Amino acid sequence: MAVETSTAGLDAAAIRADFPVLAEQVHERPLVYLDNAATSQKPRAVIEALQTYYETYNANIHRGLHALSERATAEYEAARAGVARFINARHAHEVIFTRGTTEAINLVARGWGDENVGEGDEILLTEMEHHSNLVPWQMLAKRRGAALRYIPMDVDGRIDLEGYARQFGPRTRLVTITQMSNVLGTITPAAEVVRVAHEHGVPVLLDAAQSIPHLPVDVQALDADFVAFSGHKMLGPTGIGVLYGRESLLDAMEPLLGGGSMIRVVELHRSSWTGLPDKLEGGTPNIAGAIGLGAAVEYLAAVGMPGVARHEHNLTEYALAQLSDLEGVRVFGPMDAEDRGGVISFYVGDIHPHDVGTLLDADGIAVRAGHHCAQPLMRKLGVPATVRASMYLYNTADEVDCLVGGIARAKAFFA
Amino acid sequence: MTLEDLYREVIMDHYRRPRNRGALDDANVVMEGVNPLCGDEIKLWLRIDDAGVIRGAAFDGHGCSISQSSASIMTAAVTGKPLADAHAVIAGFRGMMLNGEPPDEALLGDGVALEGVRRFPVRIKCAVLSWNTLQLGLDEHATAGGQRVELHHSES
Repeated sequence: MAVETSTAGLDAAAIRADFPVLAEQVHERPLVYLDNAATSQKPRAVIEALQTYYETYNANIHRGLHALSERATAEYEAARAGVARFINARHAHEVIFTRGTTEAINLVARGWGDENVGEGDEILLTEMEHHSNLVPWQMLAKRRGAALRYIPMDVDGRIDLEGYARQFGPRTRLVTITQMSNVLGTITPAAEVVRVAHEHGVPVLLDAAQSIPHLPVDVQALDADFVAFSGHKMLGPTGIGVLYGRESLLDAMEPLLGGGSMIRVVELHRSSWTGLPDKLEGGTPNIAGAIGLGAAVEYLAAVGMPGVARHEHNLTEYALAQLSDLEGVRVFGPMDAEDRGGVISFYVGDIHPHDVGTLLDADGIAVRAGHHCAQPLMRKLGVPATVRASMYLYNTADEVDCLVGGIARAKAFFA
Repeated sequence: MTLEDLYREVIMDHYRRPRNRGALDDANVVMEGVNPLCGDEIKLWLRIDDAGVIRGAAFDGHGCSISQSSASIMTAAVTGKPLADAHAVIAGFRGMMLNGEPPDEALLGDGVALEGVRRFPVRIKCAVLSWNTLQLGLDEHATAGGQRVELHHSES
């Protein structure tokens, strides 16, 4: 069984060979990397793209009249176009490079929210949002005298669509929701969420930090208004992320950062802004990071996102079955692999997740233990923290077996 | 690095059979410490008499085996001690954990068992949470000049 599930659709061995770090040993054991929801590993193609930039054409973009700057500009913009293709955006300038999901969401909260949300207005979101899709809205609500309202959902993160549809009123200004929970793995019905919101003329922001790396995502098919995601969770470097926005919304947005590259004319007492995307990318951007992300989406597109999703689905199904066979292991989120991704949170007996994390690490198994930047959800689940194993295209059923063995050893250790 | 360095028998014993767990009714210092990064929480009760002797110390909270056993060890180590001695125990423990000073069993008692946690850098904060909370509690007690002190959610 292990062999079948590990190879369905993807050539796991060939893919693993593209990721140098996967050959590392940890505590004299082969690394079993199951912390992909925190950050993914990087294929050689991404590492080499960074190296080639720094070694052969490092220059600032959009300003130098020299060969290196022209090449850097072309590669930077090619990366933008590549990301736009990857998510099927209408225009490349609908892709704004940010430091990551957090900055992308804050950019919307400031640049759009401050202009469009006022006293008594309401923002709809869920209790399972990552702090990065919660705190910026709390800050906006405080600045503007607005209120947050929570979409009804069960402990598995399944939202009640009928209850959701009833929450719209004349003061509803925005729906902001994760497309895949970073704790429960639950995939939300994003297209339906958007459809209902648009019936009420309300735009939707999707936090796609956990979904775009793992599922085919088509922003036009979803009809989403804003989509935020991070490069480092999808094989790219840290410090680069994306805000996708519908052109008309981005056009009307105020910049978060004033400074170089984002202006048209600067006078002593006022300035005017340039157009998209530069208006929203003040200062020298993370050029290398963007180029690295461009290489990452090229890699993922070559493997094929439907295949990535199928592989992770098979692994998740296998892992859920193995974990639910372990006595004393409580798995959070849907037990059906159909409506969830490869993020699996669990609790082992009454052993604290940090202890489980340390014991697994001794076996070379990297997982996350903690509250996963989702404290309101932890309270709803009634636990201070969970252990979280999260998978990607290079993981195998053998690694799931290692995890299960490690958990059994942890149980024995604390028995 | 072995797991046995981290999870010594003494530590596991305090984890399984915590000493001084639960509220202290006549406490005159009540402190809460949290580690916002991992979510560990500790509540600490102290009864300090007019002569400046810690007559009782108790804790409650949730967290990993290291944070909970460390709190248990700490309450046992400072109960019955004059404040000056308690300060010396705290300084000795923090010196061992944070500055690599050699463990002093006469001073720290079971606390020396936590020395091995130093080899697990991410777990050091688990071991020192309760001790930082105690330090804050003693500081607040000194500032309050004998008045009852109750503080919630200090970051340690």
